[in-house]
Amino acid sequence: MTDTAVAITRTVDARGSFCPGPLMELIRAIRESQVGDVIAVYSSDKGSKLDIPKWIEKAGHRLIALEVRDGYDEIIVEKQR
Amino acid sequence: MQRILILGGGVGGTLTANLLVKKLRARIDRGEVEIIVVDATGQHVYQPGFMYIAMGGERASNLSRPERSLLDKRVTLMIGEVARVDEPTQTVTLTDGLSVGYDHLVLATGSRIVPEAIESFDTQAHHFYTAEAALDLRKALDRFDGGRIVIGIAGMPYKCPPAPLEVAFLIEAELRQRGLRDRSTIDFCSPIGRAFTIESVSDMVTPILEQKAIELHTFFNVESIDAARKVVVSLEGEELPYDLLILVPPHKGQQFLMDSGLAPAPGGWLPTDRHTLLVGDRPNVYALGDATDLPLSKAGSTAHFEAPVVAERISAAVAGRAPAGKHADYEGKVMCFFEIGDGKGTLLQFDYDHPPKPPKPSQLWHLGKIVFNKTYWHTVPKGRV
Repeated sequence: MTDTAVAITRTVDARGSFCPGPLMELIRAIRESQVGDVIAVYSSDKGSKLDIPKWIEKAGHRLIALEVRDGYDEIIVEKQR
Repeated sequence: MQRILILGGGVGGTLTANLLVKKLRARIDRGEVEIIVVDATGQHVYQPGFMYIAMGGERASNLSRPERSLLDKRVTLMIGEVARVDEPTQTVTLTDGLSVGYDHLVLATGSRIVPEAIESFDTQAHHFYTAEAALDLRKALDRFDGGRIVIGIAGMPYKCPPAPLEVAFLIEAELRQRGLRDRSTIDFCSPIGRAFTIESVSDMVTPILEQKAIELHTFFNVESIDAARKVVVSLEGEELPYDLLILVPPHKGQQFLMDSGLAPAPGGWLPTDRHTLLVGDRPNVYALGDATDLPLSKAGSTAHFEAPVVAERISAAVAGRAPAGKHADYEGKVMCFFEIGDGKGTLLQFDYDHPPKPPKPSQLWHLGKIVFNKTYWHTVPKGRV
């Protein structure tokens, strides 16, 4: 699905969930993942493409990509700590 | 004979049962329909009152009444814990081994707190999600003579979303009244990027937090509590020292719902249609209140406005007609009062399509909340409002 050449470790499909659902789903995935894992979040909530990058920055992880898809956004993050 | 089995004797289960009696009275009296409520304790507890044990001199004894006293006499009450729902046989089994069949099933099973999910929560953090915990918090506040108070949310979703902000405002006002404000700090920790999930409410409360000098920490997802250092640590790497720590405990749905394949782990929230309140693609299983996965407040108010929809849809199914009228579908209506402190409050009223526009805080809405709490027993469970 992504335009970037990166191996996705885990996909969180939060489409249909409303703020803060997608962020909470990502946080759960981050908690369960290892450093270096790459997580893709699908969200149809328009707030996610603002909230999730802000959270990624505060939490010290790396935003790899934010892609606009058909009816949803795909946000890719690498767990860094 | 058709049997309607309702699991849970909280706001949603009790009100649904009583509304079903109003709609199906003749059929019940002819022996064509039977309504059974199964409740774990047989006591109906008014949970919104817990906060007032900590903050307003409320007593636990005022917040509990026998479930039997709230149900119409035509409703059968069974007291017992549910072990499992077996969908192929449409049977619910209780932990004592008793099995009860159903034609229509209503899951009004609420949520439960799981403070044990965070190490040291029990010894370090106070909360107000049980009567006992709220009383302990009251005692801790009475002992408090200045220092650092940290108020946060240790897991989403949780019951009564405004409650931690209300507690922050009420404690801030109390500290001023007791002459302790100058030697105290209050930190409020929100797991998301603003003070409250709903943007319009967040926009209302953020200036109030500033005005009351309550420091807002956003994206603070509680990861651990360092009891030795008396520091609460966030997943995002922030640390806050505390003298008094107040955290909303993590919440989950009921374990038997996960064990029965009705709700996914680890949260245990039932996948519920936002309009019909049906669970998944099942034609005869409904959910309401805290038990659902709907993007709404986990609050008695939500169950209060969902119950007429469940009652209408089941009545329609019993009568072999289509659901009709204003309660044919749920539109996400929720209404709750919001304490601001200093005897003032506001009102959050919203639905799926209309976010709340809270009125300017005033004494009116604070008094509205007090009156609602006092009159609850005579109004909501019996379907009078």
